[in-house]
Amino acid sequence: MYRILLGNDKTALAVLAVLAAVTVAVPLCSLLFPAGSALHFSAYTVSLLGKYMTFALLGLSLDLVWGYAGILALGHGAFFALGGYAMGMYLMRQIGERGVYGNPLLPDFMVFLNWDKLPWYWHGFDRFGFAMAMVLLAPGFLAFVFGWLAFRARVAGVYLSIMTQALTYALMLAFFRNEMGFGGNNGLTDFKDILGFNIQAEGVRAALLFISGAALIGALLGCRWLVNTKLGRVVTAIRDQESRVRFIGYRVEMYKLWIFVFAAMLAGIAGALYVPQVGIINPSEFSPLNSLEIVVWVALGGRGTLYGAIVGAVLVNFGKTVFTGLLPDAWLFVLGGAFILVTLALPDGIAGLLNRRLKERTA
Amino acid sequence: MIIKTYSTIIGLTIALLLPIGSARAEQPGIRDAYAEAVAKVGRGSMAEREQGIAALAEAGNPRSLDILRALLDGRLYQEKSTGALVIAEKNAGRFKIEEASNGADLGFAEAEAIGRINITNRIRGELRKLIGQLGLGAEDASARLAAVREMTKDPDQKTLELLQKRSAVETDQRVKRAIDLIFLVRDLDSGDKTARIRALKALQDYDSQEVVNKLNAMLEPDGEGGYAEADADIRNQAKITLHAIDTRIGLYHAAETVFFGLSLGAVLVLAAIGLAITFGVMGVINMAHGELMMLGAYTTYVIQQLLPDSLGLSIFLAIPAAFLISALAGLAIERGLIRFLYGRPLETLLATFGVSLILQQGVRSIFSPLNRSVATPSWMSGSWQINDFLSLTWNRFYILIFCLLVFTALLQILKRTRLGLEVRAVAQNRRMAKAMGIPTDRVDAMTFALGSGIAGVAGVALSQITNVGPNLGQAYIVDSFMVVVFGGVGNLFGTLVAGFSLGIANKFLEPYAGAVLAKILVLVFIILFIQKRPRGLFPQKGRAAEA
Repeated sequence: MYRILLGNDKTALAVLAVLAAVTVAVPLCSLLFPAGSALHFSAYTVSLLGKYMTFALLGLSLDLVWGYAGILALGHGAFFALGGYAMGMYLMRQIGERGVYGNPLLPDFMVFLNWDKLPWYWHGFDRFGFAMAMVLLAPGFLAFVFGWLAFRARVAGVYLSIMTQALTYALMLAFFRNEMGFGGNNGLTDFKDILGFNIQAEGVRAALLFISGAALIGALLGCRWLVNTKLGRVVTAIRDQESRVRFIGYRVEMYKLWIFVFAAMLAGIAGALYVPQVGIINPSEFSPLNSLEIVVWVALGGRGTLYGAIVGAVLVNFGKTVFTGLLPDAWLFVLGGAFILVTLALPDGIAGLLNRRLKERTA
Repeated sequence: MIIKTYSTIIGLTIALLLPIGSARAEQPGIRDAYAEAVAKVGRGSMAEREQGIAALAEAGNPRSLDILRALLDGRLYQEKSTGALVIAEKNAGRFKIEEASNGADLGFAEAEAIGRINITNRIRGELRKLIGQLGLGAEDASARLAAVREMTKDPDQKTLELLQKRSAVETDQRVKRAIDLIFLVRDLDSGDKTARIRALKALQDYDSQEVVNKLNAMLEPDGEGGYAEADADIRNQAKITLHAIDTRIGLYHAAETVFFGLSLGAVLVLAAIGLAITFGVMGVINMAHGELMMLGAYTTYVIQQLLPDSLGLSIFLAIPAAFLISALAGLAIERGLIRFLYGRPLETLLATFGVSLILQQGVRSIFSPLNRSVATPSWMSGSWQINDFLSLTWNRFYILIFCLLVFTALLQILKRTRLGLEVRAVAQNRRMAKAMGIPTDRVDAMTFALGSGIAGVAGVALSQITNVGPNLGQAYIVDSFMVVVFGGVGNLFGTLVAGFSLGIANKFLEPYAGAVLAKILVLVFIILFIQKRPRGLFPQKGRAAEA
């Protein structure tokens, strides 16, 4: 068991160690040391790190589908956004009477639209447990329906990629509509409490970072275990030689479907952890560009390695934070350049580069 | 609606009246009365202006009509320095002016140098009538038709006599019908029951909003148990007539929806057709396709900035220029990027997406992130009013034609040229084609350039119906992918059929579901359709298609 989870993959171990350190040390430091101390992390930094953690989890889930099952999903952001909306709905219901219009039941935007009662699909979201179940079920269900239709019809390759893109595009258009009942253009925001704690409080921020980090580490270990099970091995075989696996007698579409649904749920968790840390969820999370960005994280980090996706997600988002602060105009040049560079020069990403170096040294 | 029709016909009328003008202007007597009248229009008091207008109509000079029309449209100005009357057309902040009395070109004038000739509402009504009467004698049938339509609103006795006279000698069916309509509507209000029934029966064949309004008013309940029209026989006949007209209106609306759908489809086809070629032949998904369209649209914008005075010419220059620029950009993408990635379609997708981001940001940095608007030449704006219930906008009409032209041209290239032959061979079986000595490398490069060039041409068309901005390409990329996927890869006719059917489906859904929901429904439909037929409407046949 230990070998499967950690193994002797030195880079993976290093990534895990760094993750564990950040997850434990940063929240602890920011709580233990007073503001102004060199070891204190500001609420901004803590939230930023927490955001990176959720992006890394999202990247990890895409790597599972793309790196291991060979499905280039260009709509993975849709699952992330659905998880985020489920969490957002819970947080909206927690606002209660503290909204601008002071309506105890209806969120502000519904009052603004002159709605007199809660739409049926908003019921139950006042309970944390139900909302958390929806964080998993909503993306999972969408992935199940879409995957079941697509994989059974043997839609594959670029066709599948385009269809996933169309899916997230259609969802974006739908969520932009006020009539959908998800806040339209503005999305869900102005959150106050989570489980009774003030969402702005430093302690809550630290806790959210810790939970995100723990979720990421758990997911990384879980995925490493998963890809080494029989299911994981069959999925990898499908990636490499789909027809051969089918001829041997495996039901290829079922394997693909389960890995797709599992990854969608992971993405949903990432979305649910993301929303309380950034304080907003709106339909632009569904935009095809966002989903493509996830792909570049994974491609840059190195697909099919799991930890590579984490490295890629953190690196690209760190770059985004730096560039949008210093040279906002240059960011798209950098991102576009990254796409080209990775596909032309680094087909195995940073992870591949590191592994080659390591091998050269040991040889 | 009448005014709209009328303004589109002005141009025609002027063109047709000019030659007669030069022949008649020889007669000195008429000319003096005319010059006197022109001068009177420009003088201070409204009373004098009114006399001048009447005299102008009497003078019988063919320019009279132009002056009266300009006056009605508020295009008649007085030069402040000389007091001469000029007809002015606003052009890029200044006014392009011509001498009112003889149409001589006077170049440009600043807004402060000229003052508009104002008229009262009463004069405006009078003007309409006079213009109608003058127009009734015009040589050109459509000018006469416009004149008759002008006179439809409460004609006085003099106008009616004029119309009756005209009807007796009129040879053009449309003009005759328009005159008949006026008299039939009058009969409707007469006291004679048989005449009214007869008029109602005859009105079944006329597409007129006025008639519909009148009939609806007749069938309105009066609030005391009866109807606005007391006579039951007449009410029945009115119902029958109204029903006949309403049925036709339904057809016109359907025709209009089909037209809008076709024009939307034409845009989709233009956007998708280049994509279909590169995807079909090379199996390459070019995510930068939308940005190549954007390049074409910006090319149009730049050419128009260089030639601000000749809009029409700039559009025609933009077509080849946009083709070249986008084709060169496409060639660069293929040579610099895609050729290293053959056989790895997913990587190609990512790399070209990187290119699209760079192109977008490049345009944003050069031209600013704001949308730029490209002006439409006058012959492309406005609409073609077929009857009161059916009008087709010209720009959409031209785009539809343009789309078909581009499609035909592309089809001919693929069918008749050597490049086309090679492209088809490579599309069917790359390795076999290579074995037969076809330089697949060169064919790939040329195909990609061709597809990209067509994207540029599509950009020119897009610049005429939407704002040109850095996100132009993104807005169309998902839609054009859908068209290609729906139509089936490697089949140009599939793209055509798919584009038009998606366009029409969208427009038929819109009234029921709204624009956004219609789009979502169409997307969902395609997602489901792909389950049934993963290779699209017209799948490519043959062994190569299995790969």
